[in-house]
Amino acid sequence: MMGEEFVALSLVPILIGTFTAIACALPGNFLVLRKQALIGDAISHVVLPGIVVAFLVTGTLSTWPMMIGAAFAAIIAVILIEAIRRLGRIETGAAMGVVFTSMFAGGVLLLERSDTSTVHLDVEHALMGNLESLIWLDAMGWSSLLDPVALAGLPPELPRIFVTLLGVLAFLWLFWRPLKISTFDEGFAQGVGIRTGAMGMALVVVSAIAAVAAFDAVGSIIVIAMFICPPAAARLMTNRLEIQVAWSVAFAALSAVLGYVFAGYGPLWFGGQDAVSAAGMIATISGVILALAALFGPCRSRTGAPSGV
Amino acid sequence: MTQLELATDRGHVVAAETLAASPLAIRGLTVSYGEKPAVFSIDATVQDGSMTAIIGPNGAGKSTLLKAALGVIKPLSGTVSVYGAPLEGQRARIAYVPQRASIDWDFPARVIDVVLMGLYRELGLLRRLTGGHRQKAMDCLERVGMADFAERQIGQLSGGQQQRVFLARALAQDADLYLLDEPFAGVDAATEKAIIDVLKTLKSQGKTVIAVHHDLATITEYFDHVFLINVRKVAEGPVATTFTAENLQKAYGGRLATAQIEELELGAG
Repeated sequence: MMGEEFVALSLVPILIGTFTAIACALPGNFLVLRKQALIGDAISHVVLPGIVVAFLVTGTLSTWPMMIGAAFAAIIAVILIEAIRRLGRIETGAAMGVVFTSMFAGGVLLLERSDTSTVHLDVEHALMGNLESLIWLDAMGWSSLLDPVALAGLPPELPRIFVTLLGVLAFLWLFWRPLKISTFDEGFAQGVGIRTGAMGMALVVVSAIAAVAAFDAVGSIIVIAMFICPPAAARLMTNRLEIQVAWSVAFAALSAVLGYVFAGYGPLWFGGQDAVSAAGMIATISGVILALAALFGPCRSRTGAPSGV
Repeated sequence: MTQLELATDRGHVVAAETLAASPLAIRGLTVSYGEKPAVFSIDATVQDGSMTAIIGPNGAGKSTLLKAALGVIKPLSGTVSVYGAPLEGQRARIAYVPQRASIDWDFPARVIDVVLMGLYRELGLLRRLTGGHRQKAMDCLERVGMADFAERQIGQLSGGQQQRVFLARALAQDADLYLLDEPFAGVDAATEKAIIDVLKTLKSQGKTVIAVHHDLATITEYFDHVFLINVRKVAEGPVATTFTAENLQKAYGGRLATAQIEELELGAG
């Protein structure tokens, strides 16, 4: 699989899968520590009806209409949650669950009833993405990586998710200290003048951008898994935030690469005929890594810590 | 009562130089979480270099008062001035120790990482952390007797040790005014002694200390000023004149038995 065929068929999907996984896992660290892990889940669900409506209005799947559609759906979701919480006197978690699943289901129905046959937009695509189809037809081997003509033929998802990843990295690099302090101790953070509300909002917005960019290429299953599994597994490997984030990046990349390879070649090893969904396999691998970390991670047991006096 | 306190009590007429000298001057502060105010129309003028205990029954608004003074909670009305200027420009002069129980101690951080958070105003977003900063954090841990625990994960500490780490973080802030929310809650006797020693050292250096405090039996020993609150202000002033049976009855509204009050070492009234 090395050489020409690998570069043309597998390199781009693996890179997209890896960048996607890392872009989601990075903010996921903070979401998990803030006990907001389900926000990643929520965002990736709400995105669907927003994207479908954006497609029905504009007739294209280009970046900006999708982003605006997703953002619009997120705003509607927030309003609905507040309304249900206030009018129905239902606690926030339940209100979130109701709104996000209904909106996702609405998106699925809308998708089924509308003519999207000309583009890659259907229910399966929404769940699993189309990672395997993101091939680089212009590639003639490794040398194509230096050939401007061949590079121009790269699937647009790759530069899109790469820029998104750079944006996520820049956000974390710039706001590392206030994010860390306000995640650990909100009262103290406010006391030293950190705008914790704005910080929390920025984190959710960055997560949403990562989710929308990822959704297009790899579908919602990976997004949900990558926000939670690599950070949760990483937490079990260390007791320092900086090292936890590094572990989460490693786990995310490992899940993406192993998942892609297993999906493509795994069934053959077991005598099967067809490859399975790469997105599904990547999410599964991340779950297996979490399970292994939970069983064997060095920092998994915190029950021995003395409590109280 | 002195002339000054009389002036304060009569209304908002306080000589300008008193306000300028006061580490924390609060006027007409009202905070509400719902329909009912948690604290109502509070005036307070903390004396520079004092150690002031905020006391009152449960739900009296002690923590709320502290948080509102820090801007952690937005008040409905009222003003807060710190050393004679609005709070926002004076944050570098305030250190805050929140309630230990308000934190998830499972957070992935070592003791030294938490103390280094106290240097945030010095470091800002991107300034590099140097050996000098680490040394400063270690010195602060030394002052609370926790230097040996610097590399320990915070979840592995006892309650008293966690409280000392919080105090070390406040020391790292190099402030002039220290606000502590129940620093002695759930700590062992050794920690209580260590904490009060540090606070008394701060006072001897001319710093001002304000703490929400529960144990009425130790007020006279630990503090020189008290602020009694039960949603509204009951009284404020030196322990000797303000920590009286009469004021306690007013603040606690009969919830203290007479026998309990008699056991306390009270001011002369």
